[in-house]
Amino acid sequence: MIETEQLTRCYGSLTAVDSLTLRAEPGQVLGLLGPNGAGKSTAMRMIAGFLAPTSGTARVCGHDVRRNPVAAKKALGYLPEGAPSYGEMTVREFLSFIARVRSVGGDKGYRRFDEVISRLQLEEVLDQPIGMLSKGLRRRVGLAQAILHNPPVLMLDEPTDGLDPNQKHSVRMLIDAMARQRTILISTHLLEEVHALCNRVAIIANGRLLADATPAELERQSRYHGAVSFSAQGSGVSREMLARIPEVASVEVDPLDGRVTVFPREGKPILEEVQTLLRTQNLEVSEIQLERGRLDEVFRHITTSAHPGPAA
Amino acid sequence: MSAVFAIVRRELLSYFVTPVAYVFMVIFLVLAGLLTFYAGDFYDRGLADLQPFFDIHPWLYLVLVPAISMPMWSEERSSGTIELLLSLPVTIAQAMIGKFVAAWLFIGFSLMLTFPIWITVNYLGDPDNGVIFAGYLGSWLMAGCFLAIGACMSAATRSQIVAFILTAAVCFLLLLAGQPQVLDFFQDALPAKMLGALAQLSITRHAAAIARGVLDLRDVTYFVASIVAWLAAGVALVDLKRTR
Repeated sequence: MIETEQLTRCYGSLTAVDSLTLRAEPGQVLGLLGPNGAGKSTAMRMIAGFLAPTSGTARVCGHDVRRNPVAAKKALGYLPEGAPSYGEMTVREFLSFIARVRSVGGDKGYRRFDEVISRLQLEEVLDQPIGMLSKGLRRRVGLAQAILHNPPVLMLDEPTDGLDPNQKHSVRMLIDAMARQRTILISTHLLEEVHALCNRVAIIANGRLLADATPAELERQSRYHGAVSFSAQGSGVSREMLARIPEVASVEVDPLDGRVTVFPREGKPILEEVQTLLRTQNLEVSEIQLERGRLDEVFRHITTSAHPGPAA
Repeated sequence: MSAVFAIVRRELLSYFVTPVAYVFMVIFLVLAGLLTFYAGDFYDRGLADLQPFFDIHPWLYLVLVPAISMPMWSEERSSGTIELLLSLPVTIAQAMIGKFVAAWLFIGFSLMLTFPIWITVNYLGDPDNGVIFAGYLGSWLMAGCFLAIGACMSAATRSQIVAFILTAAVCFLLLLAGQPQVLDFFQDALPAKMLGALAQLSITRHAAAIARGVLDLRDVTYFVASIVAWLAAGVALVDLKRTR
């Protein structure tokens, strides 16, 4: 479990993290989502014990990071941003060092070591210096380091940043597989990652918590939630007729590809009405879709709104 | 405790997988040999002891020890690994001790490799080996003092070069403070007691006793206390940087 309580961090006059109160439970993958410079990394660094909070505190599995930092760090696996590691060491030497510091030893330790190596597919590069490895491999070494002691709490700062699509996929599979019994906090600015991984999202901007909800709840806030979009030939003709449906609030046509989006009034279901109308008009519809809502739009709306403050 | 050993191991490993260790050892051994014979009048004195050898140690350490201590924290900071290190379940003091001990052991090892000069002096004459042993021990302690200063300076900056220069400067001042010329210069400006304190603070005075092979408790205390104080200051600096 990770809890933060009024966690605050100032750099001189700049407040990087402002009274952040969060809570992540076992089984949850909480995504810390925010624009660059929102304070995601700073918040994580305080939870990890690398930075001292200016005020407030954080707890990892009940261990206060200010009063009992070593116990908190024992319960935590942490992948810092950019996955820093000692470039002159080989993967084996580096992971052995981590195992020793974290007292992962004995037969159990060896088994765990092999398990982690095979899980992250590092067998082939075990004896190569980390500095010579590609970005993706280095990230995997960083992940191996974070999960080596089988921690109940895992914190990953932009775990898929700079990886190619295949590597992203395998890292997400890994996180997904580990999510069941653990508390996982990941930071990202990729919305697709939220969809793929998180069962809860905390949006922060300018160091403040702006939203804390499930991805579905956030999507429901979107203007697009419940909207129907379709591509059809000659669809421009039907635009006014669509607008005449009582449940429809507005109709928009994409000027580039001519795709029509029909927005409902106040969450009213409109799919059937739209389909009926299209059928009666004998329009050739190539594709039609009920929109779930667009996270990017909600994200933009929340992080750029004029009155930032705790919401949702 | 096992965490400290893990750090000692890692640091030692990183000396030996990079050229640092080998370059240091070669330069140290060559300089120690050359300076002893040419600058130290090893033969002409006609005495079977290692005083000329130990006499040059403070000056050798002045140049070489900062090179060993400069990456201790600066490199961790500039490469970002400090974030990893400080999120491992070790205290800053444990990390500091681990790094210091590794560097100190490494210098001790280099010091041991000067054994040919000990064989030479035993071959040429009949020296007091107890005195030589005390000299080695004292020299190692002095190196520890230089290292602790370097560890503290390395904690103060992310630039290794700045760490090197600061360390060399502080060590130089501490060596200089006990030189007769400096003490004479301050003779009129400072009261006698402060002058005495200045002389006591200086490495030179304690180093001179060591070079003679006299391992006095006061000199040992001086070096041990210096090591502890500089390391503690370094720990405080690393901790301070967490809050700023």
